[in-house]
Order: sequence, then C-alpha cells, then structure tokens
Amino acid sequence: MRNKVRQQEIKKRVTNFFEVALGFTKEQALKEASRCLQCKNPACVKGCPVEIDIPSFIKLIKEGKTDEALKKIKEKNYLPAVCGRVCPQENQCEAACILKNKKIPINIGALERFASESPIDTYGVSKMGQAVNEKKVAVVGSGPAGLTCAADLAKMGYQVTIFESLHVAGGVLMYGIPEFRLPKKIVQDEIENIKKLGVEIKTDVLIGRTFTVKDLFENRFKAIFIASGAGLPQFLGIPGENLGRVYSANEFLTRINLMKAYKFPEYETPINIGERVAVVGGGNVAVDCARVALRLGRKVMLVYRRTENEMPARQEEKENAKEEGIEFKILTQPVKVIGDEFGFVKGLECIKMELGAADESGRRRPVPVKDSNFILDVDTLIVAIGQNPNPLLSKTTPELRVNPDGTVWTDKNQMTSIGGVFAGGDIATGAATVISAMGAGKKAAQAINKYLTLGSDPKQL
Amino acid sequence: MPKIIRKISLTKDTDKIIVEAPLIAAKAQAGQFVILVIDETAERFPLTLAGWDKDSGTITLIFQKVGQSTKRLGALNVGDSIEHILGPLGHPTEIKNYGSVVCIGGGVGIAEILPVSKALKDAGNVVMGILGARTKDLLILESEMKEVCNELFVATDDGSYGTKGLVTDILKGLIEATEKSTHTIYPGLVYAIGPVPMMKAVSQLTKDYNIKTIVSLNPIMVDATGMCASCRCSVDGKTAYACVDGPDFDGHSIDFDELSQRLKIFKCQESKHNEK
Repeated sequence: MRNKVRQQEIKKRVTNFFEVALGFTKEQALKEASRCLQCKNPACVKGCPVEIDIPSFIKLIKEGKTDEALKKIKEKNYLPAVCGRVCPQENQCEAACILKNKKIPINIGALERFASESPIDTYGVSKMGQAVNEKKVAVVGSGPAGLTCAADLAKMGYQVTIFESLHVAGGVLMYGIPEFRLPKKIVQDEIENIKKLGVEIKTDVLIGRTFTVKDLFENRFKAIFIASGAGLPQFLGIPGENLGRVYSANEFLTRINLMKAYKFPEYETPINIGERVAVVGGGNVAVDCARVALRLGRKVMLVYRRTENEMPARQEEKENAKEEGIEFKILTQPVKVIGDEFGFVKGLECIKMELGAADESGRRRPVPVKDSNFILDVDTLIVAIGQNPNPLLSKTTPELRVNPDGTVWTDKNQMTSIGGVFAGGDIATGAATVISAMGAGKKAAQAINKYLTLGSDPKQL
Repeated sequence: MPKIIRKISLTKDTDKIIVEAPLIAAKAQAGQFVILVIDETAERFPLTLAGWDKDSGTITLIFQKVGQSTKRLGALNVGDSIEHILGPLGHPTEIKNYGSVVCIGGGVGIAEILPVSKALKDAGNVVMGILGARTKDLLILESEMKEVCNELFVATDDGSYGTKGLVTDILKGLIEATEKSTHTIYPGLVYAIGPVPMMKAVSQLTKDYNIKTIVSLNPIMVDATGMCASCRCSVDGKTAYACVDGPDFDGHSIDFDELSQRLKIFKCQESKHNEK
C-alpha cells in the first residue's frame, strides 16, 4: 500500500497558516522506501525535469542513510525541500513509476521531502563553492529558475550574482505560494544553502532600472541569465474590475505571503476583504488564494468556467480545498463586477456555461448558456486566471526580442536575441511549474558554461 | 543598508531626509520614485524622488507624516538606516522644450514638482510655478522653487500667504493673461503634482483651454514593478499600471474619481488599527 503523509487536522488547519502536509515519520519513510522496486531502467528519472537519481536516493533512505540520500538528490536539485512539497509528482516521476499501473506509485515527493529534512547538510560548504575562474555571471531574478542556474554555475566555478527586485530572495516561492503549502523558513534555508556555494544575492535591484543589461556587461559580467518570471497578472476584462476589494491573485498573495498581511497589525501591510469571497480561476494559484481567504475566516467560493475535471490545479490541492469547505462554483463565468456607492464590490454577475467541443488544448470549450445570468452574493473578488511574463525588462531593453505572447524569444540554447544573454523559466515559456523552471535553469547553466568556455564575447549592445 | 545622513524638518508634519543610495542616485531622473521598506514588519511604500546627487551618491526624500509608514519614516534619525530602497522606478518625466510651461505643486507635491521644474527649465522652457498649501506654515520649498522658476505664485486656502484660494484660480488668471498678452508665450504644458482633487481640477481647467497636461499619480503600490496591479488606474477607459506605465499620465485621460476611491481601499483597516 502507498503510504500517505500525515496532514494537519482539517478543523484546526483552516484557522491557521501552518503547513497542512506534515511529511513522513521515519517509520513511514522506511516502509515507503522499501516498496521501491529499484528498476534497472527507471522511468521515474525520465519523468523528472531535473533527472534526480530517484531509485538511488530511495535506496539510501531504505538503508537509513538519509544524509547520503539528500546528497544524492542535491547532485541534481538544490531545492529538495521545495520540490518535495510543491512539485506535481503525480504528473511527473510518480506518473512514470512502474507501480502506477497498480495505482500504488511510490510516494516520491514525500520521500524527497523526508530526505530534505536530514539535519546533516554539509554539501553546500564543500570546496566546490570556491570560485575557480574569474568569469562573472549575472542572474536576473531569484525564483526557482534563477536559483538553480546560479547554483549550477557556482558549482562549475563561476562567480555568480543574483539580482532580485523584491526585498527578499525566492521569487514566487516567497510571494506566491502560501505558507501552509511551503513554509517561508524552508525557502530561506534552501537559499542559504545555495549562498554557501558562493552565490551572491543582491536584493532591491531592478534590472532595467537600477542597472541595465548594458551596465551589467560594462561591470564585467560575461553572461546574463534572465529568469524574471511570469508576474504580470491577467484580468477578466469585465466592467467593475477596478473596484475596491477586487484583487489580482498576485496582489492578494503578495500582501499575505510576502508582506504577512495575515498578521496585521503586527505586520503593517493591510488586506481588505469582506465576508464572502469569490476566487475566479481553476489553477493552483486560484486554489491557493481560496485557501488563504478561508484561513482569514471568510466564506469562499471558487468560480470556474469549466468543470472540476478540467481544472488545472493539482488533484491533492483540489481535494484539500473541498475538504476545508471551499465551494466549487463550476461552469460559471463572471461578466460584471457590481459596486456599491463607495466603490467596493457588492456582487458578481455571472453567466452559466456548458461544455461544447474540445478546443486546441484538448479540453472541452465552455460556451455561455443564453439568458442564464445570475448574481453571486460576494463582496470580494480575487482574479486568478493566469500571469503573463514580466514585461519590464523587455520594455527597458529594446534589443531583447519578445514573442507575440510576451515571452522572451530564445534559440535552442536558451540564448536571447542579445549575445551572452540567456533566458529561462516562466519568462521564456509562460507560466508553468517550479520544477520546469528549475529544469530550464539547469539547461541554461550548461548552455552558459558552453558559451563561456568556447570563448565568444557577447555581441555589442 | 541605506543610511540617513541628514534630516531637516520643513513644517510640523513634513520632513526632508537625505539618504545614502548611490545606485539610485546614479540613475535617477525627474519624475521617478523609489519604494521603501523600513524594516521587517513594515509596508512597501512609494515616495517620489525630491532630489539626488550623483557625486555624493545620495537621494532626497520629502514626505508628510500622515500614514503609518511615513510616520515611522519620520521617527528615524540621522545615522539610522532604512532596510530596503528600490529604484529609480517608473518612467522619467518627458522633458523637452514646450516654450513655456506651468508647474503646479500642491502640499507635499511641491517636493516632487521641484526636480521636474528644474529639468524643464534646463531644457529651455520658461517655467511658471504655482504652489498651493492649506496655510502658510505648511508651504515648503518656496525659495528653492523661486530660484528655478521665471515667475512663482503661491495660493493658500486660508489666505495666510500669497493669494487666498486655489492653485486653479491662479492658473486661470495666468492663462487668460497670456492669451491677451503680446509678449508672453501661451503655455505648451501644464504639469501638476498634488492631491487628487487638485490634479483633477487643474486637468478640467486646462481641458477647456486645450493645454497638454501631465499629472503624476500616487496610488497604492506593493511591489511597484508591475506585478500586483494595486496601482491600476483607468486611462482613456483602459487599465494602466502607475508603477510601470506611469507615474506620469495625460491629465485629460485619467479617471480621477476612480483613483480617489482606490486610494481609500485600506482606509478602514488602517484607521481601525490607529484607534487601538
């Protein structure tokens, strides 16, 4: 039988921001690790975007060598405590597990998290952290793509500086994913480990304003990796979206996660939400927003235009949300935000939808049901229908070619239209997952190393 | 950490501080702003740059101690540090020769109109300045503005200094006088920074006279790099982000009423807290 992780009790967890999943006990971990068949040709490794040697680290756990297991993971992945918690393993390594056929794939995510909790983590302070060559590389953004690329390059001996515009490093891991899914202390501990490899992190620097790409080259950076993420919020484009208590998912989550508005007034950033909150969207970000609002003591509904099957959020998170008491309002599309005389939301006009033929994504397209408009009695609206790539750097760097969808154009080696400038993660692919961004960061580190060893100079700007 | 190296009290509730921030000073241009985070528990909040010195690597900030964050900033002294300052942010003001310009600053907005006035003067414009304050004691930077402007007018609400009335009264008189005059140039631009009602009134007036008008908006911001959309405003019916698309906008296209409403979104949280 597949071992499940312990969870914080539902009644209790909806009133706090502590982590919901509590991880494996040692006994559970040993039991789960013993189930691994140690395949000769492991499919799970191919399912992992950063190709962790999964059977080997599981074997080490089974043998009781948790610290060795962690070392094994860190050969490929610098953020195991993060990935063990937020990777969609069910679509990746665990989907490829041979035991999946029997519906009992190994709980690889929970084992990765278990290994990450090993108290012995000397990996970062090894001699590998010493810069062995003079070449400086700049990384723009300290989210999962930037951190991974920086760590890989530092291990290769480069002098790496990460520039972060916010006042803390971590990108979406800090401002986006809530505390109850990914404790911020864990993110900061992982970042500290990366710093031990010799990576320097400069916060409060906005590339494009504080420094331009040209400035970086003039400051003797030989290559630049852009990993500025997908931070531009999408709105519905319906009337009333600028009313008070209408938030982008980014604003809502940034206020709560990064600025700790849930601890107001101890923390000074406020959040103004009413009693009944509608969150529009069906992805992980939407579910996160809904579960945050719930923990602030509000009645919450998730408004989605297709059905639950089409919701892109992780199954586990959908189940958590439902268990916690979030109402799923499916086949519902908002058409207008209704405001009161003071400029705040007092209702959300919606239209019923039904599923038509499949669209290009393979999902059945929602079509409005004629004359089915109705009003949802809500006083707060959070719009979580997706994020576009951050446009600031491309706007202030005209030489940087941008695709029609706002992503930064790159060639097959992740090099942008500017020589020596690489890009990866959400800025190059559009919004995706933490682990795919990390995969892009790893690939970019390889490409940058190749570029710098071949000795080519960046094109003149 | 950026250290405060000078502090001057301008009025009873307005302070001027000079802060070490060489990276920002090196890049700053008129019309740009910074984001400050005083410490671990503080908010991120924007302040427009009132000045900068590339050589000494310092920036000047002038602020009214009205909200939680500005009060806490005002409580810091020389030698204290602000944990985080990010900048310069926003598009710089478009500086060119319009012939003649009118620069209007209201309240603490006067701090922000000063660098813009200087830059417009340096670009060859005849600069007429209008300053507005509730009362004489709250008027700031009059002598600095006098130095920059070809002519400077002051209006106070209570008539304790300059003309009694609003900056728009002076602006109207000025426009009408230039219309009739044979030797003064009709303004090619009006630039206004101050409270929303002032910027709205200025924009309404100049619309009648068809004079290009730029206003600098001061909405609520969090990240100020285009991510949270807290600062969104309607420009000709389309949504723009003041942090990255502004803060300067065409005054004739802005929905000022919406801006006023959005500035009040967190008022009840903050006042509840202050009552405690």
